[in-house]
Amino acid sequence: MSDDTGTRREFIRRGVVAGGTLLAASLRAPAVHAAGSDAIGIGLVGCGGRGRGAAADAVRSSPGVRVVAIGDAFADRVAEARERLKELGEAGAVPDERAYVGLDAYQRVIATPGVNYVILATPPGFRPTHLEAAVAAGKNVFTEKPVAVDGPGIRSVLATYEAAKAKGLFVGAGTQRRHEQGYVEALRRVHDGGIGEIVAARAYWNQGSLWNKPRQASWSDVEWQMRNWLYFTWLSGDHIVEQHVHNLDVANWALGGHPLHAMGMGGRQSRISPEYGHGFDHFAIDYQYEGGVHLMSMCRQIPDCANRVAETVVGTKGVCELESGAKRYELVGGSGYRFTGTATNPYVQEHADLIAAIRAGQPYNELKQVAESTLTAIMGRISAYTGKAVTWEEALASSEALVPTNLAFGPMPVPPVARPGQVT
Amino acid sequence: MLSHGRATVLAALVALLGLALCGPRTSGRPAEAAPVAYSATVPGSAVSFEMTPVPAAAGAAGFWIGRREVTWAEYDVFRADPQAKVQRADDPPPGADAITRPTPPYADESFGFGKAGMPALSMTHHAAVEYTRWLARRTGLSYRLPTEKEWECACRAGGDESAVKDGRAWVKDNAGAHPHPVGTRPANALGVFDLVGNVAEWVDSGSAALYPQVAKGGSWMDPAGAASCEARRVSDPSWNERDPQDPQSIWWQTDATFVGFRVARSFEAK
Repeated sequence: MSDDTGTRREFIRRGVVAGGTLLAASLRAPAVHAAGSDAIGIGLVGCGGRGRGAAADAVRSSPGVRVVAIGDAFADRVAEARERLKELGEAGAVPDERAYVGLDAYQRVIATPGVNYVILATPPGFRPTHLEAAVAAGKNVFTEKPVAVDGPGIRSVLATYEAAKAKGLFVGAGTQRRHEQGYVEALRRVHDGGIGEIVAARAYWNQGSLWNKPRQASWSDVEWQMRNWLYFTWLSGDHIVEQHVHNLDVANWALGGHPLHAMGMGGRQSRISPEYGHGFDHFAIDYQYEGGVHLMSMCRQIPDCANRVAETVVGTKGVCELESGAKRYELVGGSGYRFTGTATNPYVQEHADLIAAIRAGQPYNELKQVAESTLTAIMGRISAYTGKAVTWEEALASSEALVPTNLAFGPMPVPPVARPGQVT
Repeated sequence: MLSHGRATVLAALVALLGLALCGPRTSGRPAEAAPVAYSATVPGSAVSFEMTPVPAAAGAAGFWIGRREVTWAEYDVFRADPQAKVQRADDPPPGADAITRPTPPYADESFGFGKAGMPALSMTHHAAVEYTRWLARRTGLSYRLPTEKEWECACRAGGDESAVKDGRAWVKDNAGAHPHPVGTRPANALGVFDLVGNVAEWVDSGSAALYPQVAKGGSWMDPAGAASCEARRVSDPSWNERDPQDPQSIWWQTDATFVGFRVARSFEAK
C-alpha cells in the first residue's frame, strides 16, 4: 500500500473525529446557533415521503435548523408536506408564499431568501439539473441518492462538484451507510488490514416488490410516470440505480475506488404488466476493479423469493460482513471484530455531520463519491439492458440522455423493455 | 419432542397445576367439557398452527394460546390476501370493520435471518393486532392477542419461571446473535414453546396507539436475567428509528428484530 493511501486514511480519520467533536459542541450551545449567522434554512425540493423525512431529520439533527421553503411538481404533495411538517413546530411552519408548485418549483425554492441548505429529494432524473441550479446559486446542498440516471447526468454532476469545490460550498449525500457507525468502524478496520488484502466483494439488495399508484383519469402520461417514478428509467435509473446504489457505494468505499469494467444481466419476470413501466425486476453484475478484484452484485424486487440486503468484503485473512438491517458489522477471521455499540440514526447523523462541517467551515463534499457510486450502478444497468460489457470510460462518455429537455406535462410513450443483445 | 396427543394429555394435567398457580376457576358457570388443544390451518393456505388451552385464573377466564410464535409462513398468508385493504400510513382511516393488511416492506423484512420456520418479527403492535383481526374474520373465531395477564398466566402455568435455567429459552447467552425457528427449544409444561425468549411478544394493552405498547418475555437479544414471565418491554418510536420516510410505517419497524407475537382465543367467545 502506498503512502498516499495511508495519508488519505489519516485524513478520513481526522475528519470523523473532528466532526464528532464539533457535533457535540454544537449540541451544547443551541442558543448561539438558533438565531445567529449559523442558522440553517432548509429549502426542500421534492415533498414525497423521503423529502419530508429528510427535512425532519435535518431539523432534529442540530439546533438552529428550520424549513424555510418547499417545492414539488404536484400541489397535493406540497399540501401534504406542509401539514406533516407542522409536527416539527415552528421549525416546520411554511407559509403559503414559500410553498411552490410546478416543474420549476426548485428554482423558486433555491432563490428564496433565507434558504442556505437545499435538500434535493425528487426522483433522481431531475437531480443533475437541481444540483447545478443550487450550486450556481451558491447554496449548500444535501442531495438524496442517486444523483443521476445516465452518463450525461453524471458528467453534469461532476462539473457541479468542481463548481461547488471552487465556491467553497458544502455538499452531503443520502448514502447514509457512510454515516452509520457500524460501517465506519468495521471498514476502518478493513482498511487497516484487518482481513488482510482485499480480494473480492459481494453486494446484494434482494427484496420484494414496492408500491405502485393506480393511474387516475386526470393524469397525463408524464404525471403518471412521475408519480410511479420507480418504474421508468428516465426518472429512477431502474432499481439497480435507485436502490442498489447503497450497496454499490459501500463496495466502492471498501475497495477504495470505482470499477473499471462491468458485465451484467437482468430482466423482468414478475413485474410484467403495464403499470410497472419498462423497468427490470432483477439484475446481476460482475464488476471488475483495479488489480483484478471483482465485485459480485445482485439486486431483485420480486416477492416471495430469498431476501438479502447486505455487503461482504473478502480478504486474504478473513471477511467483513455488513448488514444494515440487522445491524451486523463484523470481521470474521483476520483481526476479528463485532460492532456492539449503540449507534445513532444514520439518517439524522448524515445531516449532523454536514451541518457541523458548515458551521466549522471545514471542507465537506460528498458529491464526487456519490456520483461515482451512481455511475457504478448506471454502467451495470447499461450492461444488463444491452447485454454488452461496459467500461467505466464508456459509461461516463455515454451520449444516451434519458431525461427529456423542456419537460412539460403531456403525452410521453413508455419505452420498450430493454432486450439484451438487441440494443445497439 | 412430545407428540401432539401426548402434549394434549400433558396439557390437561398441567391445567390442574394451572389452577393452583393462577387461582381458582371463575365460579358459577355450568360444567362443560374442558377445552382441548387443537390444530387449524391459516385460511387460504395449507399452513397450520396449534392452539393450547390455558385454564382460568383469578380474574381471567380460560383461553387458548398459540403453541408457537406466529411464523412468517402464517403472517405472509395475511400479507398476500387481496381481500384485505393495503393501508398506507397516510391513507384516511379505514372503517372500524375494515380488515387491512401491510404495505410492501422496504428492504428485507426478515433482516437476513431467513423465513423458514422463523417467527415473523419486527412488525408493529398494530400489525400484530390486524393479523389477529384478519384471522378472526377469516375463521369466524375470536382470535386476538393475549392480554398481559393472560400471557403471564400461560407462562407461569407452564412452569416457565425456570425456562431460562431449564434451557427452554433462546436468549443472548445461547442464541448466537440471531432469532431461531419457533419450537426448537423444549416446550413448557403446557406444551407451549418460546414464551420466554426467542422473540418478545406483543400483548393486548387495551390501547390502539402505535406507541407505547408492551412486549413480553424477553428475546434472543436479552441476557438471561431480562427474559422471564415478568419481563416486559415498553415500545417507543425508537423501535422504528431508521424508517426514513415521513410518515413512518404503521406496519414495519426498522429496529425491533426482537419482537413478534402469538395469538390467543377465549374459551367462551364465538
